[in-house]
Amino acid sequence: MAQFSGLAVCLVFLQDAPNIGDTWSNFFMAHAAQLGSFFLLLALALSIYSFAAGALALLERDPASDRLGETARRAGIATFFLVLLAAVTLVTAAFQDNFSLAYIFHHSNRDLPAPYKFAVLWSGQEGSLLFWTMLLSTYGLVLRLRHKTDTRLFAHASVIIAAVQIFFLLLVNFAAHPFAVMQGELPLDGSGLNPLLQYPEMVIHPPMLYLGYVGFTVPFAFGLGALIMRYPGEKWIHITRRWTMVTWAFLSIGISLGSHWAYNVLGWGGYWAWDPVENASFMPWLTGLAFLHSVMMQEKRGMLKIWNVWLVFSTFLLSILGTFLTRSGVISSVHAFAQSSIGDWFLVFLGITLSVCLFVFFKNISHLQTEHRLEAVVSRESSFLFNNLLLLVLCFIVLLGTFFPVVHEAIVGSKVTVGPEFYNKEAIPIALLLLLLTAVGPLLSWRKTSVDSLRRNFLWPSVGALVVAACLIVVIRPWLHWSFLFSLTAIALASLVIFTISSEFIRGGRVISRHTGQNLLVSISQLGRRNTRRYGGYIAHIGFVVVIIGIAGSEFNRDKEMEMGYGDKLQIGSYELVCRSYTQEDKPNYGSEWAILEVFQDGKQIDTMYPERRFFKASQQTATMVAKRSTLKEDLYVVYEGLNQDTGRPIIKVHVNPLVVWIWIGVFILLTGVGLAMLPNTAPVAATVPARVQTAPAGAGD
Amino acid sequence: MKTLVRSSVFRASWASPRRLLQAAVLMVVTTLFLGAGDDARFQMLGHKLMCVCGCNQILLECNHVGCSYSTRMREELAEATERHENDDLTLQVFVQKYGPTVIAAPTVTGFNIVAWIMPFVVLLAGIALVVYVVRTWRNRPPPSPPGGVGPASGADLDKYRELARSETEL
Repeated sequence: MAQFSGLAVCLVFLQDAPNIGDTWSNFFMAHAAQLGSFFLLLALALSIYSFAAGALALLERDPASDRLGETARRAGIATFFLVLLAAVTLVTAAFQDNFSLAYIFHHSNRDLPAPYKFAVLWSGQEGSLLFWTMLLSTYGLVLRLRHKTDTRLFAHASVIIAAVQIFFLLLVNFAAHPFAVMQGELPLDGSGLNPLLQYPEMVIHPPMLYLGYVGFTVPFAFGLGALIMRYPGEKWIHITRRWTMVTWAFLSIGISLGSHWAYNVLGWGGYWAWDPVENASFMPWLTGLAFLHSVMMQEKRGMLKIWNVWLVFSTFLLSILGTFLTRSGVISSVHAFAQSSIGDWFLVFLGITLSVCLFVFFKNISHLQTEHRLEAVVSRESSFLFNNLLLLVLCFIVLLGTFFPVVHEAIVGSKVTVGPEFYNKEAIPIALLLLLLTAVGPLLSWRKTSVDSLRRNFLWPSVGALVVAACLIVVIRPWLHWSFLFSLTAIALASLVIFTISSEFIRGGRVISRHTGQNLLVSISQLGRRNTRRYGGYIAHIGFVVVIIGIAGSEFNRDKEMEMGYGDKLQIGSYELVCRSYTQEDKPNYGSEWAILEVFQDGKQIDTMYPERRFFKASQQTATMVAKRSTLKEDLYVVYEGLNQDTGRPIIKVHVNPLVVWIWIGVFILLTGVGLAMLPNTAPVAATVPARVQTAPAGAGD
Repeated sequence: MKTLVRSSVFRASWASPRRLLQAAVLMVVTTLFLGAGDDARFQMLGHKLMCVCGCNQILLECNHVGCSYSTRMREELAEATERHENDDLTLQVFVQKYGPTVIAAPTVTGFNIVAWIMPFVVLLAGIALVVYVVRTWRNRPPPSPPGGVGPASGADLDKYRELARSETEL
């Protein structure tokens, strides 16, 4: 009978086949709030079960506990699907212009283009927390599906992830509910999306950044889990390192896309303003990077165990701190899109997490004893210690600068601003030391490096860097301004890094070439594939210094502002801009004003540029669309600042920013290096060495 | 001016070290004066101040057309630099008028000094810690290898190390 009724329902649906779409659409439209809320509540219940049952199963070691643990794992997997359904419901509501949901009303409007309706999911407080929860569930899903790698360690990690999930699901259920319903009469149209977010990169920047932020939960879960279970051996550190690389790469992509967006949209000519929210993403990036270096000490030499555990903990805690900064409004920031009272929730969560970390750490500290002794001061081990020190000091500078206004107000009673000048003066000397260490590090061997070999390997790169420095002195003339000296030093040290790494590639390539008879380039390529981790790391270092070269160019930025009528000319550097026209345009989502500028260089027209300013109707806000001409040497960056109300003519600001494109090229190289380092070696490195030396194979040095 | 400076450097370089020193001092002083022009001072001071409209941007980087603060503040700064008031006085006038948050970085007075020196204190403390850790690890007795074989001497170790490197470093 039951089957018959099911069949009847199916037949009714088939008869109405053309209308099924409409039926579902109407159903979603009418019940989006209930559906979304139901999915989130059920996800919370399953997360609690996954945590409680998983923890219970870990306390006992018998077949019944194993079955209980398996149900916990499956509940964790089911959580992912429920959170995904909640997210789909919210996005569907955005596409349906369902303004009965307060979130959709506040962050969307009818004429918003489709890709931005998709981006509505992470454009506001509630949606972005739901998005965060969804990504966390996705990471949890991958981890739980791969549980056979090491069942017990993964079960511990799964329980910890479930605990973090509970916190975020509590938030989206009770503190920042994305399915809250509008009260009173339904509005005809929404308030629209923040115009600054209506830019293609904004569709991809937050997901990447969140993948980085959220991803650090996984290394944290493995670290804490391994410590709780007093994991024997170093396998957990291999797993953690791989996850950290993935999440760190996502965070790098997110940060660089954010910088690129700021450069192209905000229209002030820069890409990094040391805003508290930018700093919030930079801090876990730095500690994550420190971990990726120091973890090698543990893998190869059994050293720095306590340090590594705390780096993993700190990176996760800084991610949560960053979220707290973004959401709480405790520090004023240009990223004020999501300020509310949920900061208290994050503070409590931070406090609980830190307490758990401290408790587990002190309970199991005896498990974290260093196994080996340091044989020589001049060794790769020492270089990693100093590398970590410098990265952590950089992180401290960013943390201090971010919180100093709050501390100052609490102690002195008045506010203070901590702007770029502070960060530049404090961080640049440390960054230069780090650059020097990046140059020397690859030349140092594990255990011990003879001063002779260091001198031999360092000689030619140093000569090369000195030649570069000499050429730069002529070009840059550092005596004109003290900051030019920093740029010169940065570029000279960057070239030193490139030369030392190149010499490493050439030396290795020659050995292969000698053995195989292949030419040097083929040998170098084979070298990279044979030891992906080491040479991928070197490529990432090259990417890093290329970014530094791009940043060093900012000391030579120039700009000029001018009101430009028809035929007016503006001269800046080697460029001459001539205003041919300026006009207005009306589109459904926005109205715009823009100018047509012809660009001449050496008397020849090289381009036509169209800087624009948009006025978004729904939100009643404006945004600039910068016109940009990038070359390897410099960017010509043109901003339409607006119309002079008295004369009716546009005000144009032009920047010439040297070397900016190298920042984006550098990021690409860096990510290529990270990607290569994550690949398995294509051909195993044959190493026939005496047993005693196998504890730290020299060839695996990276 | 630049030509004069350069020519004096060249003449001095062919003369005595004393003349060279004099020329260097002259060049530094001249450079300082060159950098102290009204426009350079305007740029320098304008980057030490914040726009107070709430945009959290450096005064000279605030790009809001019609911003009720930045235009006025820039005009005030330009007037102050034309009057050749000294930098501290100019900044102080802005603090009096717009509050202490108008200065883009903490001053080097009072509690603010903490912000400037703390990173270097932390760096020094960190270096001391690293040195301590390195010394402790260096003084640790070497672990006995399984099977009771005694530790290799320095010469043997170097031999093994060279062998390992030659066979594994490709």
